[in-house]
Amino acid sequence: MTTSTQTLTTTQVYRVYIKATPEAIWNAITKPEWTTRYGYTGLVDYDLRPGGAYRVKATEEFAAASRAQGHDIPDIIIDGEVLEADPPNRLVTTFRMLMDPEIAAEPFTRITHEITQGANGVCSLTLTHELDGAPKLAAIVGGGFESQGAGGGHAWVLSDLKTLLETGQSFAD
Amino acid sequence: MTDDDLVFKALADPTRRLLLDRLFERDGRTLTELESDVEMTRFGVMKHLRLLEDAGLVITRKSGREKLHFLNPVPIRLIHDRWIDKYTERRITALVDLKSELENKA
Repeated sequence: MTTSTQTLTTTQVYRVYIKATPEAIWNAITKPEWTTRYGYTGLVDYDLRPGGAYRVKATEEFAAASRAQGHDIPDIIIDGEVLEADPPNRLVTTFRMLMDPEIAAEPFTRITHEITQGANGVCSLTLTHELDGAPKLAAIVGGGFESQGAGGGHAWVLSDLKTLLETGQSFAD
Repeated sequence: MTDDDLVFKALADPTRRLLLDRLFERDGRTLTELESDVEMTRFGVMKHLRLLEDAGLVITRKSGREKLHFLNPVPIRLIHDRWIDKYTERRITALVDLKSELENKA
């Protein structure tokens, strides 16, 4: 294979089908009362307009669990900026993880959430994470450090989100 | 067919598993790149990719004039979370039960 035909991409794409309304999925992504119930359980705070701030705070439980493992984490564990917000279909933000100094030193990445209504009350949720220049974050969100206790990344989060919306229970319940 | 059936069917083929492994190594490949990895006609590879796409295991994105193929691990994650975790957990529980039963008898 010649290298000239290779396309280099650091983008990760995830899609899940969820039996829920687009509004329910949008709320589950953008409202803290939902985001504390699945995946990494962060308290999200979105200012849903272009240029608005995006922050995720760790819950008390999450911070305590991290301290118990010997990792002191900051109050704000993710920060970024809202680039586009078109409820309940499209949300684009920048994204930087602050839990670890080495990962925090990587450049801002970009996440796009797309929610599309399909047939029979099923929606697709597609998450595209553009990870240029952020190999460490790419490994974390790709689930590469799950066995070291870093969670299963986007695939794990979306699987948990689907379970929560369809059954009312998450893996942690 | 349910979503799980489509995923199991898509995974039940060595060429399709090879294509997924290639995308796992490096995501966002074109048909031409994927074609060079397998001993198969372009048409054959397209057919396999379509089955993977129908099962949700591959997502395509346009980038300029090219169509890029991305591995979507979520369907496999769902099977893992709903099926494999379930059975491995039971085995662990069984061992825990055995341990407590043996220790209580002692």
